[in-house]
Amino acid sequence: MRTILRGLHAHAAAFGVLICLLSVVPRALALEPAAMADLASDETSDKARAIDTIAAAGDEEALTVLEALLGGDLQVTPDKHFLIKRSSGLVDAISGSPVSPEPDEYDKVRINNRLRAQTESAIAGLRLLSRDPAVRLEAAKAIDPSRDNLPLLGKALSRESVPEIRNALRKAEAVANLHSPDPASQLAAIETLAGSTDPRVKADLMALSRSTAKDQESPAMAKVHEAAADAVKAIERRLAMYAYLGRFFTGASLASVLLLVALGLAITYGLLGVINMAHGEMLMIGAYATYMTQQIFRDHFPHSVDWYLVFAVPTSFVIAAAVGMLLERTVIRWLYGRPLETLLATWGISLFLIQLVRQIFGAQNVEVANPSWMSGGIEFSNLVFPYNRIVIIAFSGAVLLLVWLLLSRTRLGLFIRGVTQNRTMAACMGVRTGRVDLLAFGLGSGIGGLAGCALSQIGNVGPDLGQSYIIDSFMVVVLGGVGQLLGTVYAALGLGVVSKFLEPYIGAVPTKILILVLIIAFIQKRPQGLFALKGRAVEA
Amino acid sequence: MTTNGQGDLRSGETSGLGHLMREGVDVSHGPILYLDDITVSFDGFRALNGLSLTVDAGELRCIIGPNGAGKTTMMDVITGKTRPDSGSAFFGQTIDLTRFTEAEIAHMGIGRKFQKPTVFENLTVVENLELAMKTDKRVRASLRAKLSKEDLGRIGETLELIRLETEAGRPAGTLSHGQKQWLEIGMLLMQEPRLLLLDEPAAGMTDEETSRTAELFRKLAGTHTLVVVEHDMDFIAEISRIVTVLHEGSVLAEGPMDVVKNDERVIEVYLGR
Amino acid sequence: MTTFSIPGESPLFGAKGWAAIAAFLLTTVVLVPVLFLVVPESSPFHLSAYFVTLIGKIMCYCVVAVAMNLIWGYTGILSLGHGVFFALGGYAFGMYLMRMIGHEGQYQSDLPDFMVFLDWKAYPWYWSFTDHFWYAIALVILVPALLAFVFGFFAFRSRIRGVYFSIITQALTFAFMLLFFRNDTGFGGNNGFTDFKKILDYRIADPGTRAALFAITGVYLMGCLVLTRALIRSKYGRVLTAIRDSESRLMFSGYNPLWYKLSIWTLSAVLCGIAGALYVPQVGIINPSEMSPANSIEIAIWVAVGGRGTLLGPIIGAGIVNGAKSFFTQSFPEYWLYFLGVLFVVVTLFLPKGIAGWFLKFKGAK
Repeated sequence: MRTILRGLHAHAAAFGVLICLLSVVPRALALEPAAMADLASDETSDKARAIDTIAAAGDEEALTVLEALLGGDLQVTPDKHFLIKRSSGLVDAISGSPVSPEPDEYDKVRINNRLRAQTESAIAGLRLLSRDPAVRLEAAKAIDPSRDNLPLLGKALSRESVPEIRNALRKAEAVANLHSPDPASQLAAIETLAGSTDPRVKADLMALSRSTAKDQESPAMAKVHEAAADAVKAIERRLAMYAYLGRFFTGASLASVLLLVALGLAITYGLLGVINMAHGEMLMIGAYATYMTQQIFRDHFPHSVDWYLVFAVPTSFVIAAAVGMLLERTVIRWLYGRPLETLLATWGISLFLIQLVRQIFGAQNVEVANPSWMSGGIEFSNLVFPYNRIVIIAFSGAVLLLVWLLLSRTRLGLFIRGVTQNRTMAACMGVRTGRVDLLAFGLGSGIGGLAGCALSQIGNVGPDLGQSYIIDSFMVVVLGGVGQLLGTVYAALGLGVVSKFLEPYIGAVPTKILILVLIIAFIQKRPQGLFALKGRAVEA
Repeated sequence: MTTNGQGDLRSGETSGLGHLMREGVDVSHGPILYLDDITVSFDGFRALNGLSLTVDAGELRCIIGPNGAGKTTMMDVITGKTRPDSGSAFFGQTIDLTRFTEAEIAHMGIGRKFQKPTVFENLTVVENLELAMKTDKRVRASLRAKLSKEDLGRIGETLELIRLETEAGRPAGTLSHGQKQWLEIGMLLMQEPRLLLLDEPAAGMTDEETSRTAELFRKLAGTHTLVVVEHDMDFIAEISRIVTVLHEGSVLAEGPMDVVKNDERVIEVYLGR
Repeated sequence: MTTFSIPGESPLFGAKGWAAIAAFLLTTVVLVPVLFLVVPESSPFHLSAYFVTLIGKIMCYCVVAVAMNLIWGYTGILSLGHGVFFALGGYAFGMYLMRMIGHEGQYQSDLPDFMVFLDWKAYPWYWSFTDHFWYAIALVILVPALLAFVFGFFAFRSRIRGVYFSIITQALTFAFMLLFFRNDTGFGGNNGFTDFKKILDYRIADPGTRAALFAITGVYLMGCLVLTRALIRSKYGRVLTAIRDSESRLMFSGYNPLWYKLSIWTLSAVLCGIAGALYVPQVGIINPSEMSPANSIEIAIWVAVGGRGTLLGPIIGAGIVNGAKSFFTQSFPEYWLYFLGVLFVVVTLFLPKGIAGWFLKFKGAK
């Protein structure tokens, strides 16, 4: 009972402050020291009056003083001089200038809960009318949408010209109006709020939609309840749609990563038939190449550090491709036609590379930062689409396009396809198959490097980077079928989106297991994967 | 557990047609192999295009045709490796080949020799023949299998027939190309098949080996049915009674060698004149 | 007619072979326990508990290598999932060992410490009856068998072979590792099972128990070896080799490879599972890192180093690689992965038949 009374009291007091505010703010009186004098009084009523007066000043100083009061930093000397305690020392409450020498004796201005509530309301009101739009927006979003604040909201709305702030104010006003005694304004509020996605708004509307005893309500009230129920449904539909949109985006993001990782594999495994377990380490090398580029920029070109990524892309490609070609020449070419041995040897290479990187760069993750233009994201209702994810989706699309052009429109692509389909025949036609193998392997590894460069922008860069992607990307290749890029694309998209849609329901690990089961089930029907060359060429 | 679905059709375990199997292949109407309007396509390419072919029991039939005519695909369909998109393939009057697996079809009595000689390289010649021999080929039987005197006798006869007596203990991988071809033919014979499909059996053989192969085939015809795919015209001339010419997945011409040889269309597509 | 040896007629082992087996059994069952239990510590012939545990552990790995050799060496199917079967056997027996801790845990509860810690109130259903020794033994055999059978059935039926099969087994391994790393699956999360106290009525820490486990492992290893030899000299073994050489030839000869592959695959998994069950009480811990894909692929390299498709090769390989691992991880831990990585490459490039194959060639040349 007492709390309720106190609350009512506080609201009433706040209301008083607001009325004053609304009348005085346009003239923006400066805060006078005399206005604060009553704060030193021991009487709560005096203090309340003082708070009203300070709030009525409506300027930045008043806000500072009230915030200090709320935070317990406002001090008063026996001669009623007001000071604010800062970490740097005492400052004058109004001018903000340091006080020296510090007075020998001062005491904290104490407030009780009632005054605290009054002060909070006063601060909210001041902020809502601040000169700084950012402060106003924040205040508009944070304001307590109670009916007590309606006059303040109305006043603020009448002065506000920034659309975003107006929207926030309208929403707060509408939420407050949900509890209006007038059914017409309730209906108007419901209409305004039906477009919202705020879970708190939804809760309020739901509370309103639960009608009291049916026979006792007036037709107007019944209409309000019905409208509220409809609005809740509309919000739920919208929220569900956004949730799907969000999942689709994260799915597409995962798919783009899988595609980048699997694209290199699709070339080395799909086209050359080389199962490269060290492909994950090509990613790692690409990511570390990106890291090194970033460090070089930081050390030598600190002003253009935002553009390091532009150089990191070709660097990671070239370094990974070079390592890949070295491996092809030294190890893999001796193992053509022996896939299981290739698998083991390349696994050995991957262990070696991981340990090498661990010794050079340390076992800890290294820090690769997004360029400033890639941090942040597009906000849409309650969804955020991070820029780095969007860039990677576009990047993997671009890499895919380039690879496709390379394979279908260039001489090298023709040779690679020729060697894939009939090695002996290609050799007879004068294609230097050994060289084609080397270049194709370099291409696959280089694309792995590009994938690593992309991964460095969204995840940790450490020696084990490649290990966490390799199994998933092999699943993509298995599902997609050998010998065609299109299968890889569909498989990456399918796996990415399906996993992100399953994860919210069953969790990440069960999703992985379920996906594996699905792949095995799928292979029962189509042993060659989604798209595969049939016929003799495959068996030979 | 491990023997279920093993496909031993003589016991009729996995097939509703078990009773038919026990009676064996029904060749009462003459033909042992009917292919009717079979079409197989790979990614839009029609490897077989409405192929229809009938082979009589005891016949020695040669199949010729340029590369890509569908010879190997036809064998794939007969042996259950490839399922046709449409059309039917019957072994005798009653057995629909499109409904069985490779192992089941092999059990029914169709043996196949690959284009590239395929033997078990790490097993000896004798062991190769032992595995091919007609017997219970399920897991449990294989654990207790022992070769009887008769079995050894049969292996010995086959060794003699394929002239590998002196190589009997050698791993098959160490044989010459021609010897591998012979071993594979020997393995086929150990299966006691009714129908033998032979893909280029004389490839890589010396002239002497080739003529001995021809002699063997002529001897086998009658008791067995042979379908031979060959490129070697002399070899065909030596063994053939009726030749079928395949072109672009269907039958272009059929008849005795000297008739086919003078067929205008055959000359055009195959002999390349 | 007498120019060839009749298939399946060769003896199980020659006199030398039987003698070697007898010598090995004598060593593990009598000599090592005596040197460990009876010979005083001051004597230079005394064996330390560390040594006995290490060799016991390596013998478990040898069994895994023998099992891997059955499926990869003889049948040509490279499994990258044998670590899972090993660990499943280990976990199944680990459940029994956890139950045997009784009230001796830190929380002196009916439940194992990790369950108390995670606020479990009762055992999940799959822990039922695991306090019965023989039921646990049955689980050790049945769990890997069931997984192998079901997975193998679908994989082999759809004719997944070669690298495809290897990759899918690796994905299976990865999925299982993630599953066992989770706390809510009731297998102790990343700490796994440890702090075992008793097995039947014997204290695990007692030297006598250790010696007994060591002896059992030795006998089991020899049993696996004899079983391998018996299978390989039968027609069944020759069919396995035929699958490796040319599966399609075998199919066209009238064999259904599915049941051959499935039976040897399941047997191999069971052998691994039992090895895991023997491993856990000796090493004193089982955790999900045993299921990491890297562990499973390492098994392949033991077999490759020793010589796949040879009887003794896997044992030689597992012994050498694990001996080297103990040496490196103690003396030069940062170089172990270099060594292992280079070993993978060198063996595949230069020693395709492994040490045993190289030795046989050398003997043949002489």
